[in-house]
Amino acid sequence: MMLRSKFAKISLATIAVLSLGSTLSADTLSEVQKQGFVKCGVDGGLPGFSEVGSDGIYKGIDVDQCRAVAAAIFGDAKKVKYIALNAKERLTALQSGEIDMLSRNTTWTETRDTSLGLNFTGVTYYDGQGFMVNKKLGVKSAKELDGASICLQTGTTTELNVADYFRTNKMKYKLVSYDTNDQVLKGYESGRCDVLTSDQSQLYGLRIKLLKPDESIVLPEVISKEPLGSVVRKGDGKWFDIVRWTSYAMLTAEESGVTSKNVDAMLKSDNPDIKRLLGVEGQMGENLGLKKDFAYNIIKQVGNYGESFEKTVGQESPLKIKRGYNALWNQGGLQYAPPFR
Amino acid sequence: MLALLRNQKIRGILFQLLTVIGLVAFLWYIGTNTVANIEQRGIQTGFGFLNGTSGFGIDQSPISYTEEDTHGRVFIVGLLNTLIIAFVGIICATIVGLIIGILRLSKNWLIAKLAKAYIDFFRNIPLLLQILFWYNVVLRAMPSPKQSYSFFEIIFINNRGLYFPLPDYNTTFFAILASLLCALFGAIALNSWANKRKETTGDDFLVLPYALGMFILFPIVAYFVSGAHLDFSFPELRGFNFKGGKTLSPEFLALTFALTIYTATFIAEAVRSGIEAVSHGQKEAAASMGFSPYQSLKLVVLPQAIRIAIPPIINQYLNLIKNSSLATAVGYPEIVTVFAGTSLNQVGQAIEIISMTMLVYLIISLVVSAILNWFNHKMKIQER
Repeated sequence: MMLRSKFAKISLATIAVLSLGSTLSADTLSEVQKQGFVKCGVDGGLPGFSEVGSDGIYKGIDVDQCRAVAAAIFGDAKKVKYIALNAKERLTALQSGEIDMLSRNTTWTETRDTSLGLNFTGVTYYDGQGFMVNKKLGVKSAKELDGASICLQTGTTTELNVADYFRTNKMKYKLVSYDTNDQVLKGYESGRCDVLTSDQSQLYGLRIKLLKPDESIVLPEVISKEPLGSVVRKGDGKWFDIVRWTSYAMLTAEESGVTSKNVDAMLKSDNPDIKRLLGVEGQMGENLGLKKDFAYNIIKQVGNYGESFEKTVGQESPLKIKRGYNALWNQGGLQYAPPFR
Repeated sequence: MLALLRNQKIRGILFQLLTVIGLVAFLWYIGTNTVANIEQRGIQTGFGFLNGTSGFGIDQSPISYTEEDTHGRVFIVGLLNTLIIAFVGIICATIVGLIIGILRLSKNWLIAKLAKAYIDFFRNIPLLLQILFWYNVVLRAMPSPKQSYSFFEIIFINNRGLYFPLPDYNTTFFAILASLLCALFGAIALNSWANKRKETTGDDFLVLPYALGMFILFPIVAYFVSGAHLDFSFPELRGFNFKGGKTLSPEFLALTFALTIYTATFIAEAVRSGIEAVSHGQKEAAASMGFSPYQSLKLVVLPQAIRIAIPPIINQYLNLIKNSSLATAVGYPEIVTVFAGTSLNQVGQAIEIISMTMLVYLIISLVVSAILNWFNHKMKIQER
């Protein structure tokens, strides 16, 4: 009897608490400000994109997006809680509100942008899918891969592209799919498969994790378009704007020559573009529901897009990836930010 | 009013009523909240996705499957793979568990201690770790396809799996299959005849040699009668890998190995406790009637021990079925990996897919426990 009445009390209390607590709020900004940090979903094991460094701090170009958003909101790039997600978990984690934003080399596709209740805020990295093989196989082109076993991470567009590519080229393949990149790499290294497929940038990132990186080569074929970017939940335009314009601020800063080193001096610049970006003039920050100096904080603490790129995946990193498509529009690349005005 | 509340019976009813109302309100709240959130986000709902093209490949499928098939077919492939791993795991775990359980009670000190060490060791390590251990150890130890270990150039082992020849499905093959079935029924019939004879006349009749004879003789006869034409598809190294024959993938092997070894420890304990629960007086009575130790085990101890052991063994079977979902750690394509994993990620409809998957486990578990409970009921001591 005692137990039953206790149970009754507990269940009543649970209901009371639940009805008081609001449903998943559509106002992500207020929620984030209340909790005091941005919950950002990342991969966590991908060199150059998001990886825990030897000092225990998350690093990478995806991580920089999280840090930039935190800098824009709080003026402090450290106010981020990173949540490592595998490819299968990431979209559900965002849908269910477990994270506020997803910055995890996620490909922008029609399905994901329309039917999943999600919105892509832009492209932070233009990528394409490729293949990595062991040199010993003597394969020079992806066209010679008929009958090969292929390791990949499940729940990705990669999985669909491979199927399409082998189907169009009338080749057969054996699929070995794992949950995480680490498992994929282990499978490849222990010879469970002949080929590792993923986005080109990831291939280079995973290659340096191999015991003998020189024994593997990346084949020349790029079989898909993989625009990678941050994702937010649909239905919260304010939050969408903040995440989107945070990365535009980084691009605009590079375009105007504002860097983390000269940003303080640039506050005195006469250039109206720079004045508006840094909040000396106009009300760009207020439009977003943030402070005037939101872009200043981003650039000061995270850097502009070019700085972030070179530090994480570019020439200053072990990956040494060239800018390529990721150069600014006026330097032959695809990265383009609408004007701050 | 207060007097009413002091009445224990009325109070009991009142609280039960409150609990039910609370539970219904809670579920209703969760339901409406979910629907509201889904609508607000513009997430697609419904089961239409089952007819959509999946677009991804699956390595192992008992039925034909290509990337052009639907998510509905992915569901079936995943379900079949789950059933296969569960079936193989249950059979292997039962055999190993029975043997270890009996060895555990051996009079030989070393054997008994070894069995105990096996149980204590494997029972106390998380299953997930065991799966990863076997997968990585087995995989690392194996050579590449070009340097495969081979047995008479028929069976090959390498880091892509275990390859063995498979007979073609022709008349001879099916005739042999049918003859084996006949032998099985023959053996069962013979056994019941022998039992009946023993009941009426008291004479013993040794069934085993005749049953064995049937299992050897019937297929041989079937082989020649049906035209003596049995073709095998042999595994052959071509290009990157072996083609032909049948392959058991390292994922399947590691999972089967881990599930068997882990679950067998619990089954062994159930068998041991069943045997130990049979009162010592029963064995003494059997001995005083002149039964040999084997007869005593077979006719007196085991029939009683099995009755005690069946309920806990049912639980272990159910655990094994549910544990097979850990396959996702090594990528064996069962339902959680391919349907609640890959399909879910491609279409993003978590609620539909997760509830379908949960329903699958619920139904499998209910069916298994219904069958075994019926068996348990049949095995019960008939009290007159």
